[in-house]
Amino acid sequence: MSTTETQKIEELANKEYKYGFVTEVEEDRLPKGLNEDIVRQISAKKEEPEWMTEWRLKAFRHWLTMEEPKWPNVKYPPIDYQDISYYSAPKKKPKYNSLDEVDPAIRETYNKLGIPLEEQMMLAGVAVDAVFDSVSVATTFKDKLKELGIIFCSMSEAIKEHPDLVKKYLGSVVPYTDNFYATLNSAVFSDGSFVYVPKGVRCPMELSTYFRINASETGQFERTLIVADEGAYVSYLEGCTAPMRDENQLHAAVVELVALDNATIKYSTVQNWYPGDKEGKGGIYNFVTKRGACRGVNSKISWTQVETGSAITWKYPSCILQGDNSIGEFYSVAVTNNYQQADTGTKMIHIGKNTKSTIVSKGISAGRSNNSYRGLVKITKKAENARNFSQCDSLLIGDKCGAHTFPYLEINNSTAQVEHEATTSKIGEDQIFYLNQRGISTEDAVNLIVNGYVKEVLAELPMEFAVEAQKLLSISLEGSVG
Amino acid sequence: MLLEIKNLHASIDGNEILKGIDLKVDAGEVHAIMGPNGSGKSTLASVLAGREEYEVTQGEIWYNGKNLLELSPEDRAREGLFLAFQYPVEIPGVSNTNLLKTAVNEIRKYRGEEELDAMEFLELLKEKSKLVELDQKFLSRSVNEGFSGGEKKRNEIFQMAVLNPKLAILDETDSGLDIDALRIVANGVNKLRGKDKAIIVVTHYQRLLNYIVPDFVHVLYNGRIVKSGGKELALELEEKGYDWIKNGKSEVTV
Ligand SMILES: Nc1ncnc2c1ncn2[C@@H]1O[C@H](COP(=O)(O)OP(=O)(O)OP(=O)(O)O)[C@@H](O)[C@H]1O
Ligand SMILES: [Mg+2]
Repeated sequence: MSTTETQKIEELANKEYKYGFVTEVEEDRLPKGLNEDIVRQISAKKEEPEWMTEWRLKAFRHWLTMEEPKWPNVKYPPIDYQDISYYSAPKKKPKYNSLDEVDPAIRETYNKLGIPLEEQMMLAGVAVDAVFDSVSVATTFKDKLKELGIIFCSMSEAIKEHPDLVKKYLGSVVPYTDNFYATLNSAVFSDGSFVYVPKGVRCPMELSTYFRINASETGQFERTLIVADEGAYVSYLEGCTAPMRDENQLHAAVVELVALDNATIKYSTVQNWYPGDKEGKGGIYNFVTKRGACRGVNSKISWTQVETGSAITWKYPSCILQGDNSIGEFYSVAVTNNYQQADTGTKMIHIGKNTKSTIVSKGISAGRSNNSYRGLVKITKKAENARNFSQCDSLLIGDKCGAHTFPYLEINNSTAQVEHEATTSKIGEDQIFYLNQRGISTEDAVNLIVNGYVKEVLAELPMEFAVEAQKLLSISLEGSVG
Repeated sequence: MLLEIKNLHASIDGNEILKGIDLKVDAGEVHAIMGPNGSGKSTLASVLAGREEYEVTQGEIWYNGKNLLELSPEDRAREGLFLAFQYPVEIPGVSNTNLLKTAVNEIRKYRGEEELDAMEFLELLKEKSKLVELDQKFLSRSVNEGFSGGEKKRNEIFQMAVLNPKLAILDETDSGLDIDALRIVANGVNKLRGKDKAIIVVTHYQRLLNYIVPDFVHVLYNGRIVKSGGKELALELEEKGYDWIKNGKSEVTV
């Protein structure tokens, strides 16, 4: 073995330790319940500076005055917030010695998705050696980013290493007072990603592959902040097509994006948290606040999401179009099957002149699920020549599911041009039979129709992610017809 | 024998529509089925294609040595049975090309043949679209969406040409076609005839049968084949209508 190779492996071994891929026997978990002391302990465990602890405490105190929102079109039993443990160190202990020990059903899904073997091991929590392809890719990847001055690290690291940037931008888009779940997140957030792309830098790669693996360890209260400085460009991929289980039922993440003058941020999500079983038992409650501020002129923020998981999804990735000529986009596919419930959509707040927004939402409901689109387009008084185009489509599979659309329009400037189109369609027996008659199985027929229906949104995803997302859709809808 | 239907009874929602059909179709033959509205022609076609809403209460169907009623609709298609629908369905978002590509490859997979690559497939589409003079622009359009009545029918025959079935059932493919289109589509169908293949044409009009000349003509009435004959039977029906057959139901010849 050459010295450089040995070096690389050593480097990786260290990295793995740092990122928690190596056996650690002790599990570190705080007792259930939430009070100021717990908040302080979380902050202490993460060795945070005083200002961060204070920020968390302010959020916690504010949270005590708030009530859980009741307006989403979803139903679930009351959550006992004192019955949750708000901190557990990332689990570093592999659960299995080899892939053979992993639930065959989960492995089958991995295989269907075409996830490489090494990544399967990571996702399932199997002990792996130091020689690990994606990780070595990640090392060169990190070096490259560093050269360009791009900061890409965990939120915990950013708080310690880049306090000025964090202080300046954290909570600047989603203030700690924002809403019940975002405020809770501000008090107890576990970790997440931090990205800063300096002036004029175009991030040369999708911030993704490697972090797909990391994603399996992000806990229930994720906090992500992405800042694109003047003229910068970054495309960020969040999530994972592989099914992810988590013992924590409540997830309340916050994502903040800031785009300065002429900057562009593209944020893509594939969400496949455990949806519960066919009878509707279990599953993740995914209550997420995602918001981007197009702060500078000509800035652009584009959200693309493929939501297939979670028992309940409640999220509205939004854009605040402050800068003149800024652009906001929202492309969404939300699939619900069995007893899943989704209330998702976006808010486009037009403040600057000549601001533009596009909304393309494709809901797919199957089984006994319920799928709602909820979207707000707001044109403020000073937003001269604002333009919005919204297309909200619903596709029903079977007749026990529901689809709802709640578009809200607030227009305070007469120069605005707002267009809204909505359609509801159903995959009909006669369509399926027609395709059967051409030699296509029912399952493939549904996929063909669904893929046709969502292609406009998937086209917004980076290529290889789109391919996976397409497979994911077909897996999510398995058994929904016939 | 490519197709043998024996004493077929089928009902929908408890109503018996087919009341004992017997029909034999050999490879190389063209059979025309005529008969008044509501007599059960499309029902017969649907039962052959495997539509689940119809319940077969009695009888057997043998196709190419197989018990057809035991095959799923997609397997019937993969075994070479094709139905050109009387009312082709619109499938928004799915292009004609995409449907055919999936169909061709599924059928090939079933037969243990290699899937066609993109180039070979496009070649095939080009060649077959010429056969029915289908404008290339229809290839990228969603299946039947916004197609005119005649365009839908032509598209059915285009699909038939691409899938190259052993047994094709054309359910009133002629209705909705203008005079030129009828000639073009019929000529296309004729080019698809072969020694090892058979076609069943369901039609109301003798006109189509001038182009696609049948070996046998059957009259379906009230769920039964009440008369069978050669191509001259179609001319006779054109002239006399159906009343003489309705009244003389005893004349059944199979
Ligand atoms: N669900 C149903 N319940 C009762 N009767 C039905 C049902 N579906 C179809 N039918 C009847 O079955 C009969 C046969 O219909 P079919 O479509 O096979 O006729 P056809 O011979 O193809 O007629 P046409 O020449 O008008 O196309 C019709 O009388 C029709 O009304
Ligand atoms: Mg008919």
